[in-house]
Amino acid sequence: MIKKNNLKSHLHLYKKMLLIRRFEEKAGQLYGMGKIGGFCHLYIGQEAVVVGVDSVKKKGDQVITSYRDHGHMLSCGMDPKGVMAELTGKKNGYSKGKGGSMHMFSKSEDFYGGHGIVAAQVPIGAGLAFANKYKKNQFVCFTYYGDGAANQGQIYEAFNMASLWKLPVVFIIENNQYAMGTSIDRASSTPKLFTRGEAFDIPGRLVDGMDVLEVSKATELAASNCRRGDGPYILEMNTYRYKGHSMSDPAKYRTREEVQNIKDKKDPIENFQKHLLNEGLDEDEFKKIDKEIKEIVSEAADFALESSEPDLTDLYKDIYLDN
Amino acid sequence: MNSNEILMPALSPTMEEGGIAKWLVKEGDIIKAGDLIAEIETDKAIMEFESALDCKISKLLVEEGTNNIKVNTPIVKINDNHIPLPTKNLNKENDKKNKTKKIINPQNDVHDIDLEKNETQKILTVRESIRDALAEEMRADENVFLMGEEVAEYQGAYKVSQGLLDEFGSKRVIDTPITEHGFTGLAAGAAFGGLKPVVEFMTFNFSLQAMDQIINTCAKTLYMSGGQMNCPIVLRGPNGAASQVAAQHSQDFAPWFASIPGLKVIQPFSANDAKGLLKSAIRDPNPVIFLENEILYNDKSASSEIRDELIPIGKANILIEGTDVSIISYGIGIKHSLMAIELAKDINISVELIDLRCLRPIDYNTVFESIKKTNRCITVEECFPVCSIGNHLSASIMENVFDYLDSPVINCTGKDVPMPYAKNLELAALITPEEIFEKIKKVTNLD
Repeated sequence: MIKKNNLKSHLHLYKKMLLIRRFEEKAGQLYGMGKIGGFCHLYIGQEAVVVGVDSVKKKGDQVITSYRDHGHMLSCGMDPKGVMAELTGKKNGYSKGKGGSMHMFSKSEDFYGGHGIVAAQVPIGAGLAFANKYKKNQFVCFTYYGDGAANQGQIYEAFNMASLWKLPVVFIIENNQYAMGTSIDRASSTPKLFTRGEAFDIPGRLVDGMDVLEVSKATELAASNCRRGDGPYILEMNTYRYKGHSMSDPAKYRTREEVQNIKDKKDPIENFQKHLLNEGLDEDEFKKIDKEIKEIVSEAADFALESSEPDLTDLYKDIYLDN
Repeated sequence: MNSNEILMPALSPTMEEGGIAKWLVKEGDIIKAGDLIAEIETDKAIMEFESALDCKISKLLVEEGTNNIKVNTPIVKINDNHIPLPTKNLNKENDKKNKTKKIINPQNDVHDIDLEKNETQKILTVRESIRDALAEEMRADENVFLMGEEVAEYQGAYKVSQGLLDEFGSKRVIDTPITEHGFTGLAAGAAFGGLKPVVEFMTFNFSLQAMDQIINTCAKTLYMSGGQMNCPIVLRGPNGAASQVAAQHSQDFAPWFASIPGLKVIQPFSANDAKGLLKSAIRDPNPVIFLENEILYNDKSASSEIRDELIPIGKANILIEGTDVSIISYGIGIKHSLMAIELAKDINISVELIDLRCLRPIDYNTVFESIKKTNRCITVEECFPVCSIGNHLSASIMENVFDYLDSPVINCTGKDVPMPYAKNLELAALITPEEIFEKIKKVTNLD
């Protein structure tokens, strides 16, 4: 939990959001150059969600999400070099080049993926929470999914078991308004996704996902509920994705004006910067941070591009773990 | 059939014999239709059995606690003035067999052959051996737990988990809602979180609901994570045809799972293999599909002495050595093959029988060595014919030991139809010992 007016911790949140933004911009650039292949789903616009949630996360709490996962990895402390190297399919990537954008993991940072099948991570997240309860370790699993995934049946199977067994899991819905190209009002019978736990007796709350402090506050409440042994909690983060669903998205389903309007009024990074200026940080500080972040990202890109491809002998490795 | 007798009823589709767990009447009682007569232990559960007619109990023909009483064996002598028959589910074959014996002493039927060999040997059914494997592994490692539908309080839909709730409690023997996709994903998450889940599918037909989690999560995460995140999970339960439960509940998925890199796939025949391989599966750090068979749970041909050994995954077993033909089989295919081999003996054909036991990894070497010796091969399995394990083995045999073959490999499988309900059609859809015997003659040019 962020202490009020704690400038140092606020600055840390700002840096993390900026790192994600600049990293994703670089990834988009490398994709355009053909250095990243396949699917690549950028997190630009949604940075406040993962950074706000992680401000509450304790060492040992798990994080699991879908394929729009770069932000989650950077936020939880994974090395930008390893993430970028994986995006470019190199042997120094987190999955040794075998996972790519959608499938990255880090046991040491308690990041459990990176899952490519819409909603499949949700019962898995409930299972990580099940392991926490089994081991009585007080940890919480933060399980993310999108508004598109919210209509998958296995989520409600997971809700039922999570509530029945009082599992310490926070279900975080990143409602970025569009499931690929289908807006929420064209896909969901009710847009109030945070109420979907009612049938399972799971409390839910709608949160301004563009405001990192609001996200942090709501997550604190939900996580304490879990740690008290009261079972799961749902947080619907109202957010917005600036870029296409993936890199090949023609974005015909929304207007440029709609996107521009959100960028102008709701941008999580710009608004937080204004907030910090009001709190007394001076502009030079931001220039310094900007430079620092650019360097980290550019080093990550250089590292990725210079890394070698996986050895062909790796093709047959890691299919099974030896006894 | 004598209407003055009440017969052992068939209380489940696969029940061939039952036990009297408890008499609820005594000799001389006068009872009404609907009154309880006995608690009967079936292959699946202990069930209450009620009278279908008003009558007087003249004599109880078997003692309380007696097991292995064949269906349609008289169990009570009654005095009644009414005609209604006591059992609804008559099995004609047993009826014929029992005609000559008015009362059989079921005790004589218990594990007849094996017990004669050595009275001190402990013979277990496949069901018992699987339960023992689960219990032993749960005792050895507190991170091992069992979850599935009806595994705890109901004691297992097929009684496999009988007694485990009592010993290990509800933290480790967990009844799930009917939610295969959800609980398979949840178990995968628990495995990533450091536990060792054993998931029971009531039958593997219901695993189709969970296929995405099995294939896309359990099998692939180790590879996709560059070796960081393994999924030590066992997915087990009955697979293949039971008896007259028709198309949606009768199919063998062995080749489906065996085609997926990242999974290990086991389909045991004998009780000893079931135990030794299940223990290995639970200790294995990889996802293991453990395909059981409802018919073999209580089948005498599969019951065996338990040697209490870990059996390595991926090793075939030469069940019978022979010189003329190799039969490569697994699961219930072994039962049918054993009967076919008896027929072959009468015409002096020596068959080598190999139980693959594991379908991923497959023990190719044992297969090839056998063919080098016999020069002829038949594969026997219950699955559908297209893309069967036998198809795959035929290709491997061609690539590796073609020059040793004196005759084309013959694949013997279930028929290329959804399983029909009617008894005669179901029999026609399954592999039979007679069919295998015909193939033995064909591959040796004796047909």
